[in-house]
Amino acid sequence: MIKMIMDTTEIQTINPFSRLEVVYGILWTLVPIFGLVLGIIIGVLVIVWLEREISAGIQQRIGPEYAGPLGILQALADGVKLLFKENLLPSRGDARLFSIGPSIAVISILLSYSIIPFGDHLILSDLTIGVFLWIAISSVAPIGLLMSGYGSNNKYSFLGGLRATAQSISYEIPLTLCVLSISLLSNSPSTIDIVEAQSKYGFWGWNLWRQPIGFIIFLCSSLAECERLPFDLPEAEEELVAGYQTEYSGIKFGLFYIASYLNLLVSSLFVTVLYLGGWNLSIAYGFIPKLFDINKAGKVFGTIIGILITLAKTYLFLFIPIATRWTLPRLRMDQLLSLGWKFLLPISLGNLLLTTSFQLLSL
Amino acid sequence: MNVPATRKDLMRVNMGPHHPSMHGVLRLIVTLDGEDVIDCEPILGYLHRGMEKIAENRTIIQYLPYVTRWDYLATMFTEAITVNGPEQLGNIQVPKRASYIRIIMLELSRIASHLLWLGPFMADIGAQTPFFYIFRERELIYDLFEAATGMRMMHNYFRIGGVAADLPYGWIDKCLDFCDYFLTGVTEYQKLITRNPIFLKRVEGVGVVGGEEALNWGLSGPMLRASGIQWDLRKVDQYECYYELDWEVQWQKEGDSLARYLVRIGEMTESIKIIQQALEGIPGGPYENLEIRRFDKVKDPEWNDFEYRFISKKPSPAFELAKQELYVRVEAPKGELGIFLIGDAGVFPWRWKIRPPGFINLQILPQLVKRMKLADIMTILGSIDIIMGEVDR
Repeated sequence: MIKMIMDTTEIQTINPFSRLEVVYGILWTLVPIFGLVLGIIIGVLVIVWLEREISAGIQQRIGPEYAGPLGILQALADGVKLLFKENLLPSRGDARLFSIGPSIAVISILLSYSIIPFGDHLILSDLTIGVFLWIAISSVAPIGLLMSGYGSNNKYSFLGGLRATAQSISYEIPLTLCVLSISLLSNSPSTIDIVEAQSKYGFWGWNLWRQPIGFIIFLCSSLAECERLPFDLPEAEEELVAGYQTEYSGIKFGLFYIASYLNLLVSSLFVTVLYLGGWNLSIAYGFIPKLFDINKAGKVFGTIIGILITLAKTYLFLFIPIATRWTLPRLRMDQLLSLGWKFLLPISLGNLLLTTSFQLLSL
Repeated sequence: MNVPATRKDLMRVNMGPHHPSMHGVLRLIVTLDGEDVIDCEPILGYLHRGMEKIAENRTIIQYLPYVTRWDYLATMFTEAITVNGPEQLGNIQVPKRASYIRIIMLELSRIASHLLWLGPFMADIGAQTPFFYIFRERELIYDLFEAATGMRMMHNYFRIGGVAADLPYGWIDKCLDFCDYFLTGVTEYQKLITRNPIFLKRVEGVGVVGGEEALNWGLSGPMLRASGIQWDLRKVDQYECYYELDWEVQWQKEGDSLARYLVRIGEMTESIKIIQQALEGIPGGPYENLEIRRFDKVKDPEWNDFEYRFISKKPSPAFELAKQELYVRVEAPKGELGIFLIGDAGVFPWRWKIRPPGFINLQILPQLVKRMKLADIMTILGSIDIIMGEVDR
């Protein structure tokens, strides 16, 4: 054993620098990725807890209280339970599609976290296409849902999968048009540039005030993209039992659960980035950034503050979708589609037209 | 099931008996064309327990604990009809106080039933939260029942010629408090639900039943009154003491799910009005007509004699049903609950035919859901308000 280690160290000493650099290079690409994934998982756990506590508050119940302090670990307990449950495969379903479906849904949503700036230039990959990566990737998730709905060999699942596809296609377009208007305002699709463009006038510089119509359309469409009430038709319990999740059990079911909350978190983060000024404190502008630029410790502190501000805005915004879910009834499928195509699409087009013409005039 | 053979893309979905929104164990075989419902075939009988046959070898008082399992959400009404049949068959007078207690209990039960219609109905169209709110109020009603009858759901409270026990001390005040509180509760529901645009979109013009159609299908209760026909057995038949109280029949013209919702909400406030008046005007006196409990009374046996039987205040009733037949009915929350009763000069009824309102109202479902969307099945089924316990009996 010791000899083997000795051997490897001997080999390494032959060409010490390139070896180490490769290892460090891999490590330094993996650390942020795993750090982000870990952060996201904790974020999802917090959302689940928030959802359960807020819904309990709305419905005059107590909510989780025994798993961990204030029931914070309830989601973890549920996840562990799901891990240990039997993984059932429908006997006449398509086992491959059935297994791939949930992972496609989760992975596609996880990918879109890579373009979210959590702090000042704290971003996994500042791509040139920026937010449009999210738009592109978020239309992959319904393929996973359709696959799982089709692979389940269950009519409810199939209907749920079809509904998910129809819904995400029809709400993708208004969503894209809203994002397009935002990126027109900052002359760049990069998420960092979008946040920078909002940093000038503090609270009043937010895109929320420059794009109020766009914000409302974005809110509706992102709710529909997340398949949350009033747009949760694909998994409407009273109609389709559980939609595409009907045949799932164990951790595959858990993956759908995670995917829906990941989706909620990412769209809330995008609301923060696109409309609510991202990591900027937005109150005492001009004062705090200078204070933090003095030394390295100050920079680290500033970054942490930026992350905290982003998360605070995100989680405060999350109250809206959560409260909506526990207040409103569900739309019917034809009403959902006509809302998407006949109302949101024309209005978002008009919004884009207005934005474009204002940008042209000001240039 | 006349589906043309050329259409290959129709999908037949089996909904139930374990579907979440089939209100128990109703089973629907639905033929779908995408989201459109082409055909719907209900299949009943998953909760059949032979309630009518069970009645034929039991005395009325032995049968009373069974009847609360017909419509287990409006239990007082099943008990009321079970004692009303023999009462009318034997022409038995009910003391005034008992009649008032019955009215109060029946109307409380009507509110409880309508509440447990409202919650699942809203859940059927996707709003989960009202379900918890209605339970909050329903609990209070069941607390009142528990205080008066000793049981929350399966009371076994009505007796031939009265009720089993008088109201306990302080119950009337407790009930009046509940009435005041509940009116605020109804306002809260209306604020939350009635003008919600999504709710209106889901229920307006969905499942329209015309007045003529409603009569032809034999609908009753809110289903009938929502179609513009002012037919309420409490006014029509004038049973118990309803004619002494001041209240209105709730009705709507439109005949859609929204109209049925409004009728039921209106009936809840109207029931509160009835309860309040009954509580104010409840007379004193006996709560049960004890004389009719037993016919083969042994006259003054000598104490500790061979013939002597200790008879406490309430002898076990062995009520004899006359050799006659009749149909009695009450206005249950779901509609007209009736009994066709044939006596055979014995303690057991010879025939005990139940006319459950849910069963008759359910007949119109396939017609209403055709050419609607899949999601409308739940709205329409919810607005019909069925309880499978009484549909299958």
